[in-house]
Amino acid sequence: MTTPVESEQTQASPAGAETAEEDKPWQTIVWNDPVNLMSYVTYVFQKLFGYSRDQATKLMLDVHHKGRAIVSSGSKEKVEGDVARLHAAGLWATMQRPA
Amino acid sequence: MRGLVSQLQDMLEARAEEAPQDELAELTGIKAGPSSSPNDPVLSRLLPDFHRLDDDQPDQSEVDSSAALRSLHEPEVLEAKTGVAAMVLDTCPPGGGEVRLSLEQADAWASALNDVRLALGTALDVTEDMPEELPEDDPRTPHLGVYHWLTWVQESMIQALSG
Repeated sequence: MTTPVESEQTQASPAGAETAEEDKPWQTIVWNDPVNLMSYVTYVFQKLFGYSRDQATKLMLDVHHKGRAIVSSGSKEKVEGDVARLHAAGLWATMQRPA
Repeated sequence: MRGLVSQLQDMLEARAEEAPQDELAELTGIKAGPSSSPNDPVLSRLLPDFHRLDDDQPDQSEVDSSAALRSLHEPEVLEAKTGVAAMVLDTCPPGGGEVRLSLEQADAWASALNDVRLALGTALDVTEDMPEELPEDDPRTPHLGVYHWLTWVQESMIQALSG
């Protein structure tokens, strides 16, 4: 990959999906928007987080139908890095600590 | 396409130049970006806030945290976006013609095309239920054709990349 931001992909843990989400302090949220293609959003989830096609498609459909989906969680540093990489890819992402 | 990508690159580079310059950044090579969201709606779509701040009364701690996170991460986001734009300009022949891309190049094209579509979509105020074609007298009509064409190109690239 050509850019420092994208090169971080190789360090991202592909196991992110399987880890318990509940006790993690921060969450990465992706919001629905009228421009991003469903196929592209699925592609980005696979590329950035190492999700399988099925997992990535499910998250994309959550974004599309429910307006948002939690796509990763973890420490503040991890989640802010994830948000930055999603912004680099053009997705509308924010982070929050669950109430 | 080169024109659109290069315009976008200019916009992103202009934003990068708004970053505060200081000696510490020069010494360490760690760049700090601006802490406030861009005024321009296109740039602010390309560089969103790190927290949702569009409530009537956003939490002050989230406002402060958004500013800090933007300052910390915006330079790398901009660098990624100008990087993929440069990749398109390097690999898209000025006179048109057949283009053959490596996976890495195609991935950069998909990101750069997405940024151009976000920019155009924001400027045209594209909505989810917008009709394929607008009335002929709508000033956005000619641009919408370009937008739909870019959508088709991007969709085709993603199909090829995901295949």
